[in-house]
Amino acid sequence: MTLLRLAWRSLLNRRSTVLLTVFTIGLSIALLVMVEQLRTDVRQGFYRSVSGTDLIVGARTAPVQLLLNTVFGIGTPGNNISHESLEYIEEQRMVEWTIPLLIGDSHRGERVVGTTDAFFEHYRYADRQPLELAAGEPFTDLFDVVVGHQVARRFGYAVGDEIHLAHGGGNVSLHEHEEHPFTIRGVLEPTGTPVDRNLYIPMTAYGVIHVGWESGVHRPGSGLDADEAREHAHEHEPEEISAVLVGLTAPAAVFGLQRSLNDYEAEPLTAVMPGITLQQLWRLTGVAELVLRAVAILVVITGLLGMVTVLLTTLNERRREMAILRANGARAWQIAALLVFEAGLIVLGGLVLGIAMALGAIVALGPWLLDVFGLAVGVTGPEPWQWAVLGGIFLVGLLVALVPAIMAYRRTLADGMQVRL
Amino acid sequence: MNAVLAIDSLRFAWPGEERPVLDIDAFSVAAGEKVFLHGPSGSGKSTLLAAVGALVVPQAGRIELCGSDLATLSRGGRDRFRADHLGVIFQQFNLLPWLDVTANVILPCRFSRVRAQRAGNAEAAARQLLSAMDLEESLWQRRADTLSVGQQQRVAAARALIGQPELVLADEPTSALDADRRDRFLDLLFERVEAAGSALLFVSHDLELGARFDRVVELPEINRAGAPA
Repeated sequence: MTLLRLAWRSLLNRRSTVLLTVFTIGLSIALLVMVEQLRTDVRQGFYRSVSGTDLIVGARTAPVQLLLNTVFGIGTPGNNISHESLEYIEEQRMVEWTIPLLIGDSHRGERVVGTTDAFFEHYRYADRQPLELAAGEPFTDLFDVVVGHQVARRFGYAVGDEIHLAHGGGNVSLHEHEEHPFTIRGVLEPTGTPVDRNLYIPMTAYGVIHVGWESGVHRPGSGLDADEAREHAHEHEPEEISAVLVGLTAPAAVFGLQRSLNDYEAEPLTAVMPGITLQQLWRLTGVAELVLRAVAILVVITGLLGMVTVLLTTLNERRREMAILRANGARAWQIAALLVFEAGLIVLGGLVLGIAMALGAIVALGPWLLDVFGLAVGVTGPEPWQWAVLGGIFLVGLLVALVPAIMAYRRTLADGMQVRL
Repeated sequence: MNAVLAIDSLRFAWPGEERPVLDIDAFSVAAGEKVFLHGPSGSGKSTLLAAVGALVVPQAGRIELCGSDLATLSRGGRDRFRADHLGVIFQQFNLLPWLDVTANVILPCRFSRVRAQRAGNAEAAARQLLSAMDLEESLWQRRADTLSVGQQQRVAAARALIGQPELVLADEPTSALDADRRDRFLDLLFERVEAAGSALLFVSHDLELGARFDRVVELPEINRAGAPA
């Protein structure tokens, strides 16, 4: 107690150097905590988006690519699959539901996804939560659009607003489907998944608005007017879809179905299990994560070394101090302990500051991450194993402080009370 | 038997050196006695104090402090013994600059339970000693390094005396003071040493001061090792 108080007073005396050291260590801890937090949050964010889906089926491609493309809108869309394949999948035993997805168009840079009512009924996110509408209702008309939370928030959309869709992706589109305005029918509750940034229209509408666009650009004078389209909608069901999300009645059936779909002869298909594919993705990103982690740990080590350097450089100017303490009854080990206590206080300060800075940064970055990547990051605080790592850093801090402490110990024994200035 | 300090056939050489710095047959300080130890620089004064303070261990001979043979104590034991029975005043820079004056005076009580017990209420004892050493109350809470050299030496004396140690070692405590302040310092120191019943071993090269002590000892006379020629 006495020593701790002395250590505290001694630190206060050198507060500018000490604060800088605490800040250095704090920054390094913040980096470490942030890297770990974001890593966990990003992973959880991905898992959130596919929590209810047993299989994703698309055209033959790499599993990771299919997953990133269909669910997260990352990368360029690949080939489509035929409507017959969708019907084939729907016919399979054990298939409880399917959600067809049609991707390609956009609205002010956000993805427009063509789907069916099955999407609102069966899609699950996070802990198998169903989608909820914050306002309005699902599709009632051919030219209805249901928008994700972020889309409504960012562009200030409300139920009843009319919007135009753009042909193809990208922020600035030269070709708009001007002849077919869509009415916002519903706004979804926030989910913390890419759903928040998507616009959903009936799959049939996808087919209808592309009549006359077969060459990739609108052929003037072609196409359907709205009433014509509503009447003949079923004739324009899209012949191809981008992917299908599949839910099964029994999870155990997933392996058999995946194999049979991958071997489907009528068309080359890829069926992936989202969870397993994410694992593959983590294996890909694992190296980068490892590098980030290593860098963060190196920075922590640098911070601790900086502290030892500061303690060592003060040893000389504090020689007098040590002699005074010793002459007044401090034992040599108590003087060594004083240095270890000082280091402990510095590292503790750095840990507290670092965790606070990391969580603060995550809170500050959260909206941006949600906006740009559709990733929900939460301030969950370090997990138990991360606490263990932080505790380990504290111990390492004390351990490296033994270097100046032992030097001080030796020196006090040799100096005794002899120091003169 | 009532000697606070008794030295017998002491020999000490710094590690790695053949020539001893101390070679003293006999030297003692009685309880409550004020002894002036005079010697030029290099005559081994500081080494003798280090030996008495149990900070260095002699190669031969016996140092008895308050009836205990220092050689029989462990290193930790010697530390505790010093904390319990000795008050120390240096030439200057006696105080921890980052502690306030009162905290500096209380320091020995933090490391020695014996001293703390004898002092009773350490804060009160510190205040009493500070005012007895003629330090105004307005200084007591100030940082130690904001005081003048003379004031700092008086604070150091108060600290050496808190908890009434049997022996106070003073290593040229007045060398940084001018004549006026030196006399004033000695007056106050003597007063408090007598009040505490402590013995005083005062080391200086300034023979002028010697007259005021019970006894003057010339170190070169008792130390056969002497000063290097």
